[in-house]
Amino acid sequence: MRNTSRNFYLIPYVLWIILFVVTPLFLVLYYSFFDIEGHFTLDNYKKFFTTVYLGMTLSSFWYAFLITLFTLIIAYPTAYLLTKTKHKQLWLLLIILPSWINLLLKAYAFLGIFGTYRAANSFLKMIGIGSKQLLFTDFSFIFVSVYIFLPFMILPIFNALNELNPSLVDAAHDLGGSSWTTFRRVIFPLTLDGVKSGCQVVFIPSLSLFMLTRLIAGNRVITLGTAIEQHFLVTQDWGMGSTIAVFLIIAMVIIMIVTGKKVVSKVL
Amino acid sequence: MKDNIIIRFEHVTKQYDNDPPVLNDVCFEIERGKFYTLLGPSGCGKTTILRLIAGFIGPSQGNIYFNGKIINHVPANKRQVNTVFQDYALFPHLNVFENVAFGLRIKKLKNAEITEKVKEALRFVNLKGYENREISEMSGGQRQRVAIVRAIVNEPEVLLLDEPLSALDLKLRTEMQYELRELQRRLGITFIFVTHDQEEALAMSDEIFVLNNGKIEQSGTPTDIYDEPINRFVANFIGESNIVSGKMIKDYVVEFAGKTFDCVDKGFNPNETVEIVIRPEDLEITPKDQGKLQVRIDSQLFRGVHYEIICYDQDGNEWLVHSTRKVKVGDEIGLHFDPEAIHVMRLGETEEEFDKRLENY
Ligand SMILES: Nc1ncnc2c1ncn2[C@@H]1O[C@H](COP(=O)(O)OP(=O)(O)OP(=O)(O)O)[C@@H](O)[C@H]1O
Ligand SMILES: [Mg+2]
Repeated sequence: MRNTSRNFYLIPYVLWIILFVVTPLFLVLYYSFFDIEGHFTLDNYKKFFTTVYLGMTLSSFWYAFLITLFTLIIAYPTAYLLTKTKHKQLWLLLIILPSWINLLLKAYAFLGIFGTYRAANSFLKMIGIGSKQLLFTDFSFIFVSVYIFLPFMILPIFNALNELNPSLVDAAHDLGGSSWTTFRRVIFPLTLDGVKSGCQVVFIPSLSLFMLTRLIAGNRVITLGTAIEQHFLVTQDWGMGSTIAVFLIIAMVIIMIVTGKKVVSKVL
Repeated sequence: MKDNIIIRFEHVTKQYDNDPPVLNDVCFEIERGKFYTLLGPSGCGKTTILRLIAGFIGPSQGNIYFNGKIINHVPANKRQVNTVFQDYALFPHLNVFENVAFGLRIKKLKNAEITEKVKEALRFVNLKGYENREISEMSGGQRQRVAIVRAIVNEPEVLLLDEPLSALDLKLRTEMQYELRELQRRLGITFIFVTHDQEEALAMSDEIFVLNNGKIEQSGTPTDIYDEPINRFVANFIGESNIVSGKMIKDYVVEFAGKTFDCVDKGFNPNETVEIVIRPEDLEITPKDQGKLQVRIDSQLFRGVHYEIICYDQDGNEWLVHSTRKVKVGDEIGLHFDPEAIHVMRLGETEEEFDKRLENY
C-alpha cells in the first residue's frame, strides 16, 4: 500500500524528468548527427576533434578550473569563520542573499564598476597603481565568476563544517595534534564531501558559462558554452551546437562520478 | 608540596558569560597511580573538570597544577594527558589501526615502531585482528576499547575517561568495569573516571569525588563515603538510605523517632538538631517486641537478591529495609540495628568542618 501511494506522488516528478530532461537529451543527441542542411552525417563529431574545438574545450576546462580553485580558496576559510561566529545562520543568509539576484543584473553592475572611468579604477589610481584596463580581461572574467559562484561553494562547505562533531576536533588536539595537523588530518578529510559538492556546483556551470564571457570578458574568452550559443543563435548550425553539447554533457557526467559521494559512484 | 601529587586544582572557578558558575571554587588533589572517580548528577560539572584537565577550556579563576607547574595556558596538544570521550570521538574516516596510530604518527615515530605499538596495544584489549576494520563495522563495546587504546598507546601520565561505559548494556558494562580496573592496575597510570552511576563508582575507585552543582560535596574512599556521608545529598546519592531528623542528646546518645539510642558519634553540641542515616541493609527484621523500633509494613517489592520493604513508624517516618526474608504487608514488626549502623550528620556541615570535627575527637 505504502509503495503504491509513494509511486503516485512520484508521477509529477517523473513527468517533469521525461519532458524536460530525458527528451531534450535525446533531441540533442539526435540533432548532433545532422548537418546544417538536415542530412545525416558524422562530420560534426570529426569536426569536434579539430584543433579549434579541442582548444576551446581545453580553455573551457582551464577557466572552469581556475574559477573553481579561487572560489574554493576563498570559500573554505569563509565557511570556517562562519561556523565560529555567534549568529552563524544570519551571516550565512547574508552571504547567500546575493545569489538570489539575477545573474545579468550582477554582470551589468560589474560592467559599471570595472568601466574605465568607474569605481574600481578610481580606487587603483588612489592607491597609486594607476588606471588599468579591467573590463574584457581574464582577470575580470574570473573575478566576477568567482564572486557569482562563491555562495554555492560556501553553503555545502559550511554545512559539512557545521555537522562535524566538535569532539573529533578535541580528540585530535588531545592526541597531540597542532591546529594545522588537526585541520589537515581531521577537519579537511571529514568535510571533503562538502568541498566536492561545492566544486561540482561551481565547476560544471562554469564549463558552459556564456553570458559572462560576452559581457565581462568581451568574447575574448571562448568557452564551450559560448560556442554552443553561437551555433544555435548565430550560425544556425544546430548539428554542431548539439555535438558540442553532447561532449559537454559527457564531461559533466564524468565530473559528477569523479567528485560524487561514494554512494553515487557505487551505484553508477 | 608532596611529589606524588600529579594534578592540583586551586580555587578553580569556571563560568560561561554571565551564567551562574559551572564550577565554583573547586579545590582537590590527584595522586599519581590511583583510580579516581568523579560522581554526580547530570550537569554538575564532571565533564567540565575533565575538559579543564585536558586543556580544551581554561579556568575563569584559580590555577590548575600538573606535576607542580601551573598549566592554565598550556594547550591540549602539549599536555601529558589523554581522554576517552563520552561519545568515543573515533575518527570515522580512519580504520581501527589508523585511529590508534593517530597520536603516534603526530609524534613522528618510525612506521615499524608504530605498527608494533599499535598491534601490541590492540592485543592488550583483545582486539587483535581488527586492525583493518572501519569504525562503523565495530560494536559499541569494541569501539569503546578502540577509544581506550587510542588514548593509552600514547602512554599518558593521566587518562581521563568521560562516562565511557554509559552506552553499554548492563552485562558488558560490568565486564568492562573489571577490565578497566584491571587495566589501570597493569598500567599503573592515574585514571580519572567520570560517571553518574554510584554503584560503578563504589566498585571501581580508590577515591571518589562526589559533585553537586559545581562543588565537591565530599571526597574519600568508597567505604568512607558510603559509611560516613557528610550530608543528605551524599547519603541519598550514594546508595539508598533512611534519613530522619533527630537530636544529639550528648556524645554517644542520639534521639530520633521518639526514642533514644546508643551510637558511636560524638563532637556535637548538647541537644543539637541532626540528621540520622541508617542504610536499609543494616536494618534487621525482628518480632515486634524485640526490635528497637516498631513499624508497620506498607509495601514489599522483590528485587532479585533481596526484598525491598517499606515501613512506617508511629511518627510517620518512612523506613526502607532490605531483607532476604519475605514479610506480610500490613504486619507490625520490629527493626533491630547496631549502634555502629547509626550515622549522625550535622546540618549544613562542609567537608573541612567534618574533617576537623573528626580530628578533634
Ligand atoms: N560551552 C558552554 N557554554 C555554556 N554552558 C556550558 C558549556 N558547557 C557546559 N556548560 C554548562 O555547564 C554545566 C556542567 O556541564 P558538564 O558537561 O560539565 O556536566 P556533566 O556533569 O558532565 O553532565 P552529564 O552527566 O550530563 O554529562 C551544565 O549546566 C552545562 O549546561
Ligand atoms: Mg558529561
